[in-house]
Amino acid sequence: MRTTKVTRWLGSSAVQALLVLVALVWVTPLAGLLLSSLRSERDNAADGWWTSVTEPSQLSFDNYRALLDDSGLVQAFWNTVLISVPTTVLVVGVAALAGYAFAWLEFPGRDWLFLVVVGLLVVPVQIGLLPVAKLFGAVGLFGTVAGVVLFHVAYGLPFGVFLLRNFFAEIPREMLEAARIDGGGEWRIFRRLVLPLGRPALASLAIFQFLWVWNDMLVALLFADGESQPLTVALQSQMRQFGSNIGVLAPGAFLSLVVPLVVFFAFQKHFVQGVMAGSVK
Amino acid sequence: MDRPPGNTDSATAPRSPSDGPPRTPRRPKARAAADPRRRALRRRRLLGAAFALPALLLLGALVAYPVVFSVGRSLFDASGDRFVGADNYAEMFRDPATLKALRNSAVWVVVAPVLLTGLGLVLAVLTEKVRWATAFKLVLFLPMAVSFLAAGIVFRLAYEQDPDRGVLNAVVVGVHDAFDEPSPYPTARAREGEGLSGAPADGYTSGGLRPGSVAVLPFVGVAPGAVPAGATAARTPEPAPDGLAGTVYLDFAPGAGGRAGVVDTREKGLPGMTVEAVGEDGAVAASARTAADGTFRLDGLGDGTYRLRVPAANFAAGYGGVDWLGPALVTPAIIGAYLWVWTGFSMVLIGAGLAALPRDVLEAARVDGANERQIFRRITVPLLAPVLTVVFVTLVINVMKVFDLVYVIAPGPVQEDANVLATRMWLVSFGGGNDQGLGSALSVLLLLLVVPAMVFNIRRFRKGGSR
Repeated sequence: MRTTKVTRWLGSSAVQALLVLVALVWVTPLAGLLLSSLRSERDNAADGWWTSVTEPSQLSFDNYRALLDDSGLVQAFWNTVLISVPTTVLVVGVAALAGYAFAWLEFPGRDWLFLVVVGLLVVPVQIGLLPVAKLFGAVGLFGTVAGVVLFHVAYGLPFGVFLLRNFFAEIPREMLEAARIDGGGEWRIFRRLVLPLGRPALASLAIFQFLWVWNDMLVALLFADGESQPLTVALQSQMRQFGSNIGVLAPGAFLSLVVPLVVFFAFQKHFVQGVMAGSVK
Repeated sequence: MDRPPGNTDSATAPRSPSDGPPRTPRRPKARAAADPRRRALRRRRLLGAAFALPALLLLGALVAYPVVFSVGRSLFDASGDRFVGADNYAEMFRDPATLKALRNSAVWVVVAPVLLTGLGLVLAVLTEKVRWATAFKLVLFLPMAVSFLAAGIVFRLAYEQDPDRGVLNAVVVGVHDAFDEPSPYPTARAREGEGLSGAPADGYTSGGLRPGSVAVLPFVGVAPGAVPAGATAARTPEPAPDGLAGTVYLDFAPGAGGRAGVVDTREKGLPGMTVEAVGEDGAVAASARTAADGTFRLDGLGDGTYRLRVPAANFAAGYGGVDWLGPALVTPAIIGAYLWVWTGFSMVLIGAGLAALPRDVLEAARVDGANERQIFRRITVPLLAPVLTVVFVTLVINVMKVFDLVYVIAPGPVQEDANVLATRMWLVSFGGGNDQGLGSALSVLLLLLVVPAMVFNIRRFRKGGSR
């Protein structure tokens, strides 16, 4: 009996040690980015970021100060905000309307159309790049923030509609009918009943969508021009001289991380649910 | 994460209501139906269509139409003027760069989901045994919040070739040097015309010597600061009766007055240098390392002439670490970065499945004397099979579409070795290739490859009981 206890204890501390090691491996790259972003160009060229663990005097906010003076990157940061916030609002709004319609309203071809929407879930963004670029070029949306937003909204919708329709469908029928008998119009029911009840799903969708767009590079790489490019694209164009400009890349990358990290820690539960749910994409 | 996400959250699980959304019962065509009621019905239907309209318009114009357009465009040539049928699809398998991308995509799709599912499963099972599981999950899930661009920058830093700058090579070199001591004198070379011939890369050899002789082997090219701390003043040893003796030293005295090829008072020995005696048949007859004063002694040599050899290993350049982002390793290296991002996802999803397993089955097995490994293999894994499948399929879809990470991490010169379907499609269509025919064909191929997963997803959704 005692030996099993001992082996169990040994086993569990081995597991603990292993997990600590794994966690360290996971944190190290991010720590490296953070420390690199706080070191001068010269220090970064001379040796690795880990030397600053023993020589904390190397660390300063100079890179960040320089970054904030770089109007191009600051503009790119605002572009990221200007792209992700409207996209999120639009996806959630349009998908909620459609989700409610698909769940509770009657219109011709409803079920068939819903299956099509579900089918569109897996259309890769890549397939839309060229045709939509031509389309946007024809109507003057190419290279604008609005164009990037519209593209993101369209490709966020299949999942949004899918998620919200399934969630709204669970609202007890009696509740809706009671509201209808009380003389509420559909719009009123939607706003007063469906949206509040759907809040958890709306939050998950919003968080997922926000992060998806905030972190996107591919779509903006094509649809945004120098004026409207978000942070990811602006940093990507700096990558060509990687090594010589870690002083811009590391703090820039960290700046782009801050917002998702804040979202992550502020809405842990919704965040995980949103990412999990969104992963079917 | 105060409760296990994934399977229990009503917010997101595509589960369907027990009673299902109503298909508003078709109203009997009451001849006497009052006009206002009919109007209300028509109004409701119009309203339904109006609610769905914005979504349907956007989806139609920006998602559905592009699929049709791309399929059509893929049948035309680069400029779009000439119909070429399936030529672009054949071209994929002829063009070496595209073929390489297809191969890489195959590697990705096979390797990444398997590793991620396996890793997620193992970690999910292990975290069940510790109290700080939530904190651990949080740490591993963190990279999911990070953009692939930022992850790319993180790993470009980590994979840096120079061991003084890239953390991975710093570790690799550290481990390597702990087992295999680095060569002590990478810069040293023999003083010319003083009895040794050869080059650092091939090693040096002396002329023939008989046992009992003493050899003086002068070297230069070692900075005074690079001489090992333990080195003492060089001296010429006593001859060995049945062997060779000698000294390997730095033929350079700080200050002035040193004579070339002679052991002067202030000159230091070069300790740790390997010296071999090579017989007439070319075989190594004896081998020794120099002492702190540079002396060595090769005893037990039979009659005959021997050459002294100072092998190249003494001068080998230090181990430089692994060329992570070179052509050979760039794809595995990027897959490694991908694992960093996605392991948390797979672990949390599988962990949620694990938490939902019937405890009594596991307990019963334990009572029956099954050990942990048996429980894992015979009970946990089979019961988890549905969850594992979901994770795996989801990962396959995502891996198929991987773009940013490859685009960002692979340095320009090896981009072609790292390309996958999505990056190749990008380069062909927009990144200079300017062949929109082939580009469209690649995007259609990408769609076709995800279709099986789409079918799986829709099936799962319908089985969930939509109706």
